Amino acid sequence: MSDTVAVQTTPDRPNRLREFWHYFRENRGAVFGLWIFAAFAFCAAFAPFLSPFDPTEQFRQNTLQPPVWQAGGSWKFPLGTDPLGRDMLSRLIEGARYSFFVGIVVVTVAASGGILVGLIAGFSPKWLDTIIMRIMDVILAFPSLLLALVLVAILGPSLTNAMIAIAIVLQPHYVRLTRASVLSERQKDYVTAARVVGAGYFRLMFITILPNCLAPIIVQGALSFSTAILDAAALGFLGMGAQPPTPEWGTMLAEAREFILRAWWVVTFPGLAILITVLAINLMGDGLRDALDPKLKRS
Amino acid sequence: MLKYFASRLLTFIPTFLGVTIISFSFIRVLPGDPIIVMAGERGLTDERYAELTAQFGFDRPIYIQFWDYFTGVLQGDLGDSFVTKRPVWDEFFALFPATLELAVCAMIFAVLLGLPAGVIAAVNRGKFLDRALMSSALVGYSMPIFWWALLLIIVFSGDLQWTPVSGRIDLIYYFPDPTGFMLIDSLASGQKGAFASAVRHLVLPTIVLGTIPLAVIARQTRSAMLEVLGEDYIRTARAKGLSPGRINGIHALRNALIPVITVIGLSVGTLLGGAILTETIFSWPGVGKWMLDSIFRRDYPVVQGGLLMIAVMVMVVNLTVDVLYGIINPKIRKR
Repeated sequence: MSDTVAVQTTPDRPNRLREFWHYFRENRGAVFGLWIFAAFAFCAAFAPFLSPFDPTEQFRQNTLQPPVWQAGGSWKFPLGTDPLGRDMLSRLIEGARYSFFVGIVVVTVAASGGILVGLIAGFSPKWLDTIIMRIMDVILAFPSLLLALVLVAILGPSLTNAMIAIAIVLQPHYVRLTRASVLSERQKDYVTAARVVGAGYFRLMFITILPNCLAPIIVQGALSFSTAILDAAALGFLGMGAQPPTPEWGTMLAEAREFILRAWWVVTFPGLAILITVLAINLMGDGLRDALDPKLKRS
Repeated sequence: MLKYFASRLLTFIPTFLGVTIISFSFIRVLPGDPIIVMAGERGLTDERYAELTAQFGFDRPIYIQFWDYFTGVLQGDLGDSFVTKRPVWDEFFALFPATLELAVCAMIFAVLLGLPAGVIAAVNRGKFLDRALMSSALVGYSMPIFWWALLLIIVFSGDLQWTPVSGRIDLIYYFPDPTGFMLIDSLASGQKGAFASAVRHLVLPTIVLGTIPLAVIARQTRSAMLEVLGEDYIRTARAKGLSPGRINGIHALRNALIPVITVIGLSVGTLLGGAILTETIFSWPGVGKWMLDSIFRRDYPVVQGGLLMIAVMVMVVNLTVDVLYGIINPKIRKR
């Protein structure tokens, strides 16, 4: 990414990154989302130093202790403890790691696979293109959560398998997006020029065309980051994702379900963490779309 | 028009074949021998094992198994459940009305609130009302619905005691269910309080399942309206002196509806996926909960058949939307 930016910096044209930041900054919600996302990433990176206790350490004298501002709460456990006496705050901070990890891995796997298949579909003869796109249609015909559930049932419930399943389910979106951009870019003069100069297919695909297709893919990347977090939490909630005692937010919710009418905090905080993270990413995604897509810049 | 319809139908066939292949192959790659799973704790003798293998056709070549399955599917035979021994087809259609009722109510909820919200936001573009509505829509769009369901249960079932936590109707009511739709059947039964009970059971699941489609519809309506409001014919309508209500409600909304209808059609997959979570949390006896239970019970024929049926439902709805779209918007047909 930084390479393309450096190449396109010419005196008469503003720096692409600066231009992007100029548009991105106009959207206050997006900047706000970026800050929250940065905080989330910070939590994920430095979780062991930030969390006051080990997330699996059990304080048997302090089970289901309410948060500090309620009667019975204490500063030792600011957000209370869960039914096994584990510190909620530490578990939530540690949970950020899992969600962040899920987002990064799923987006990387789904995007790189999807881009590759999309490029191939865009360049291949019609019969191969048709076959690839029909396969993608088939995957898209299943509701994504259901397909992910069945895939996890086959692979066995664990966080890794949940990530694989979600990546498979999200991949067709990248294939369609990349293929559509490739088909429209292929017609343009600069591609013909590159071909006339003698660029091979490989160079045409990855060096000539791909950088010009990236904008919608980046936006899709942000959106699927949040989808991945939501789906992984949903799988965890259904018992098909991360397994207890992993402090994954969805799994924490599943463990807390039977206490919903007795201890609101064990249910409220993990969900709130999911909501705030996903919301921040979606805010950022909206800003990215407005800043990267010239057609939408006016609205 | 016919040509367009035929071309859409032609792409349906390979997708249907693909969906059948995928749901067929799942049962073959799932870990664990289905016959041993079916025998359960008791175990079984070698002869009985061979007998069952032959009975289910697992000893024959895979392509013959697929051919049998495929011809069975075309005749509405999806095999029998390992657990209940009843045909999967019958089980699916016994439970489907519950899911359909929930999904339809959720969709009505989403459209009734989402359309006006989008129109109001677009008309008041940039003002406080627009920002408030769109912020709420983004929150709804980002909502983990399983958590949302738990929150609503805490407030409305726990603190306020307004709604029940699970099921479709109170157990004191019993009546025949010719349609399978609890709202209709309870009304037709004429029992006092039955309909009210059915409604009370339906409210929370409807809100939970409808939240994400509601947010998507509101956002889509707003952007479609904004696009249309910039068109020349709207300026003409304004110049003619038409009232803002007439311009926004009739001239603009009608044209903005086309992309919105597509979004509604595309939400069907989301609804059926969300139904798994919603039905599980509210113990709603529908297809979603049935699928999840079957996955846990390793009831392979049900997982296989249910997956296929749900995918076909989604495909049929998408096909219908495509065709409707072609009827509403003639420009599409040319492509």
